[in-house]
Amino acid sequence: MLKYTVRRLIGIIPVLLGLLVLVSLLIEFIPGDPARVMLGQHVSEEALETLRERLGLNRPFIARFGIYLGNLFRGDWGNSIREGRPILTILAERIPATFELSFAAMIISSIVGIAVGILSAYRQYSLLDYTGMLIALIGISMPVFWLGLMMIYFFSLVVPILPFGGRLTTGVVLNDVTGFYILDAIITGNLTALGNVLRHLVMPAIALATIPMAIITRMTRSSMLEVLRQDYINTARAKGLSSRVVVMRHAFKNALMPIVTVVGLNFGVLLGGAILTETVFAWPGLGTWLLDSIYARDYPAVQGGVLFIGASFIFINLLVDLSYAWINPKVKYD
Amino acid sequence: MRTLKRSCVVFLAISLIFGMAAIAQQHGGTLIFARGGDSVRLDPADITDGESVKVCQNIFNTLYEFDLGTSTVHPALATGYEVSEDGLEWTFFLREGVMFHPWGDNPSYEMTADDVVFSFERQYDADHPYHIGDFAYWGYMYNYIAKAEAVDDYTVKFTLSRPSAPNILNLSCFTAMIVSKRAMEDMGVEEFRNNPVGTGPFKFGSWTRGSEIVLDAFDDYWNAPYPYLDSVVFRVIPEEQARLIALKSGDIDIMDSVTPDNAPLIEADANLTLLEAPGLNVGYVAMNQMIEPFDDILVRLAVNHAVDKKMLVDTFYKGRGEPAVNPMPSNLWGWNDEIVDYDYNPDLARAYLAAAGYPDGFDTELWYMPVFRDYFPQPKLIAQAIQAQLAEVGIRAELVTFEWGTYLEKTEAGEHPMAMLGWMGDNGDPDNFIYVLLDEDSATVGSAGNIAFYINHTLHDLNIAAQITADVDTRIALYKQAQVIIHGDAPWLTVATANRMVGVRSYVQDYDLNPVVKGRMEFVWRNDL
Repeated sequence: MLKYTVRRLIGIIPVLLGLLVLVSLLIEFIPGDPARVMLGQHVSEEALETLRERLGLNRPFIARFGIYLGNLFRGDWGNSIREGRPILTILAERIPATFELSFAAMIISSIVGIAVGILSAYRQYSLLDYTGMLIALIGISMPVFWLGLMMIYFFSLVVPILPFGGRLTTGVVLNDVTGFYILDAIITGNLTALGNVLRHLVMPAIALATIPMAIITRMTRSSMLEVLRQDYINTARAKGLSSRVVVMRHAFKNALMPIVTVVGLNFGVLLGGAILTETVFAWPGLGTWLLDSIYARDYPAVQGGVLFIGASFIFINLLVDLSYAWINPKVKYD
Repeated sequence: MRTLKRSCVVFLAISLIFGMAAIAQQHGGTLIFARGGDSVRLDPADITDGESVKVCQNIFNTLYEFDLGTSTVHPALATGYEVSEDGLEWTFFLREGVMFHPWGDNPSYEMTADDVVFSFERQYDADHPYHIGDFAYWGYMYNYIAKAEAVDDYTVKFTLSRPSAPNILNLSCFTAMIVSKRAMEDMGVEEFRNNPVGTGPFKFGSWTRGSEIVLDAFDDYWNAPYPYLDSVVFRVIPEEQARLIALKSGDIDIMDSVTPDNAPLIEADANLTLLEAPGLNVGYVAMNQMIEPFDDILVRLAVNHAVDKKMLVDTFYKGRGEPAVNPMPSNLWGWNDEIVDYDYNPDLARAYLAAAGYPDGFDTELWYMPVFRDYFPQPKLIAQAIQAQLAEVGIRAELVTFEWGTYLEKTEAGEHPMAMLGWMGDNGDPDNFIYVLLDEDSATVGSAGNIAFYINHTLHDLNIAAQITADVDTRIALYKQAQVIIHGDAPWLTVATANRMVGVRSYVQDYDLNPVVKGRMEFVWRNDL
């Protein structure tokens, strides 16, 4: 297992390199002068030329990419052209917000999705099953953007029980220890802030959870149905085991692998920055920052952001693969 | 009877006193100002985005500042100035006792000429140790300032390379804000961008990136009794509908950038007030005179008569604006109100085309912006409407667009036959419109601001004369003449000037919806305390 893990970790490097090359080339081919995009309409030609020189835009792509890679291997991810600050500093600010939101969304979608999926499979073709599938269909069809605005309208205005957006209400004091507000509130024993942070998290997490929840529900249902049809399940029932034991201890555990795969994939996608949710709920995460960077042609920021997201996705997939060995003892890695 | 009279007088006096107290500005409170994006950096010399300008507006001051609601100026960090006969030396007398905000462990200190000189020198002197940044606006708006020097602690002299009447307005704009020399030397430019130190009504408090910037009232502000508020929070809410909901629910107090669609919703809410004023902007379609047939005045006149501007304003601006007559907005001093706009007259348009030798019309392209701005809130739809109206008179225009940076590049290079573009004024001076957008000096292929490539030597002479003389009445007369010439040559189809709109909770008082300055909270107060 250790050898397999090390091999996979080493394998990340060429994948990330390929990703970087691809993204850098794509940015290169986006039409438009980055200096012009950054400085706007009210600017002198001299200022444009100075910025082009400073960004190295007059140099060939290969030269620029080579310099970037050299710096990257030395741990220097460069500075954001727009903000003039180190990319790593910006990532450290943005990642906790996205991670907290994504993690909350994954917990909600996993718990609800798996529960509804199990129930739907157990009571196949019942009203419960049809309701579960209808919820899944609505979840996957409903635009997150629209759902988010409706939630804000209802729960912040009509029945004002939740804040409209952001991570923390202005004026609520919270010492920023890690950037993960829930963790920071717990570490500092600030229950007021903890409650406030959780209230801010509810709506965006639910909105973001709808699509993965729908996917997990359907995957759980189909995976459970496949397992429930197996002979050993009939044997377990024939032995007189209760339905709960049969479903949870025998069926669910054997149906878990595809579910874990889907949960892992979705988490990786969400970590990439839930741009729409972050925009609607004014959530200061990676997605909105990356979008702004693309619009502004902030090359180092886009490269740094994509590098992080790519690495996260690959790493999560590795964890998912490794979890198979834990779920199914028959799976061996060497 | 006498007792009754006396009682009435006393009662009236007490009522008057309490009444006056009730309408007097109240100190205290916090206001949350919501905008669509975060600031980028807070070094006023090195910013170009509106969100950074709004925050800097409250942390820094300029030598002169814009009056409430207008583009005229009054003394601020300077108490007065003198201009030499030849217009090349401007001497400013600084206000004494102006304090910079404290920072870190460093106390407040008094602003002197050194700070003023530093603020300008670091922009124009490439060898200056604090010349770190792009300083995009310097070359565009201030490149006529050759030198700034301290005559004594409270006197600064600017030496210009050429006379510039708009100089006093330019020195009232954000690029000319005075920064703390000591603070910048202490922390360096990169850190200063995140921890700015100025003389303004509010000092920097904190910045949670992507979320909010908190500013706290500066107790030693030179312009007492301002500010009234204890603090201001600039909050980021990217989605406009979410901003509106937050305003309605009271989670924010001021909503920036209200679009025409949402304006009625604010007006209909008894708890809200819609502040509306003409913007300092103009949207237009430039007809490139380097490309036939737009070198023909008859064709340009045909285009002007073919388009119903009122319909465009009513439909796409929801009436929140006005059809543009001149190449500058009507709220700008010097606007010529005697010019009669070309009327919507398709028959006359066809007659002009026939006279020009195009009885069956012609084929061309209409370029439209890929991004929306105040002056063109829905550029593609507006382009489609113009296209349809042109088609009715025989001008068959294919719609074309490019990515924004490319669009600017190509229009500056003169590759377009007709192109939509617009302008938002920087300094409240007609020169910023007429010279920048229509003078022959601005018609250089590859970097043109004058994308109609319109050359008129008489207009040029008027523009230069208006730049040289400081006498306002003379300048007004010159610009009015200029507008007559431009109207006659019709280089553009001037489309519209859009109104600026901001939504506020009803207890927010005295928010300055200034045509030039945005987000200034110095005079704002709450009447619900």
